[in-house]
Amino acid sequence: MARVSIAVGLCKGCELCIPFCPHDSLTMSRHLNEHGLPTVYFKEDHPCSGCKYCAVMCPEAAIEIFK
Amino acid sequence: MQALYSAPETLIRTPSHYCPGCGHGIAHRLLAEIIDELGIRGKTIGLAPVGCSVLAYNYLDIDMCEAAHGRPPAIATGIKRVHPDNIVFTYQGDGDLAAIGMAEIVHAASRAENITVIFINNAIYGMTNGQLAPTTLLNQRTTTTPEGRDPLTHGYPIRICELLATLEGASFLARTSLSSPKDVSQTKEALKKGFKTQIEKKGFSLIEVLSPCPVYWRMSPVESLKFIEEKMTQTFPLGVFKDWEKTVSAPGGQATKV
Repeated sequence: MARVSIAVGLCKGCELCIPFCPHDSLTMSRHLNEHGLPTVYFKEDHPCSGCKYCAVMCPEAAIEIFK
Repeated sequence: MQALYSAPETLIRTPSHYCPGCGHGIAHRLLAEIIDELGIRGKTIGLAPVGCSVLAYNYLDIDMCEAAHGRPPAIATGIKRVHPDNIVFTYQGDGDLAAIGMAEIVHAASRAENITVIFINNAIYGMTNGQLAPTTLLNQRTTTTPEGRDPLTHGYPIRICELLATLEGASFLARTSLSSPKDVSQTKEALKKGFKTQIEKKGFSLIEVLSPCPVYWRMSPVESLKFIEEKMTQTFPLGVFKDWEKTVSAPGGQATKV
């Protein structure tokens, strides 16, 4: 099972990654990063197939995927 | 743990100045991935434009040069002719390339300069707060066309790929978008073909990328992707307009013989 790692300091909360996740594993966090911007987080209990769609759509290169 | 996907080395991972959901970030990452994959980081020279991406050199770990508004093709011509073994690309927006820089791009293409041009088309002036651009769609609202673009007053949008396809000097012309993971992958392929065109000394290549500007389109980033798919591609059809490897039939134009 793969997992998504999000660099919170780079994420701007644009949400472009969320609709493209086939497993609905990404959602908005209530946590703001050090720039005061909302961020996305990976739901650890949800599956990740490693399709990379979220990373491909991320304008900030904030997403890395590990297996 | 094994990395399935990690950011390219050429991309400097620092918080960017772009608005949330801006397509420039995706285009920068694709560019960095291609430079890494082709192994040309040490001999690539980029030209940054005037516009939102004026600070592109802060995000790409390669040699870069800044040009006056609209003039990256002219500067790239000089650099490429002096350093023919280097890979030279320009990265330009629609205000830079299609408005003030129209003369430079047309003549660089007609001279068949062996450079690669990345044209980010978001149909608006982003840096100066969302005024009408030459590529603004008909009826699109901007700060200078609050009632929508009216062709009788403001003219019609310019289609750069179709325009340049009439020139014999252009070798590879393609239009892609950033509206879905599939489109982003196709954009990467087209950009790679553009660089390959230059490496194999086949002449001028331009890749037009339809890119979202959610803030000045006044919609959410996800809605802006739908706007590209549903509205922008009606005015700017996607496809390859000229390819030195094969004869292609340009949408809305005559087939070009290569």
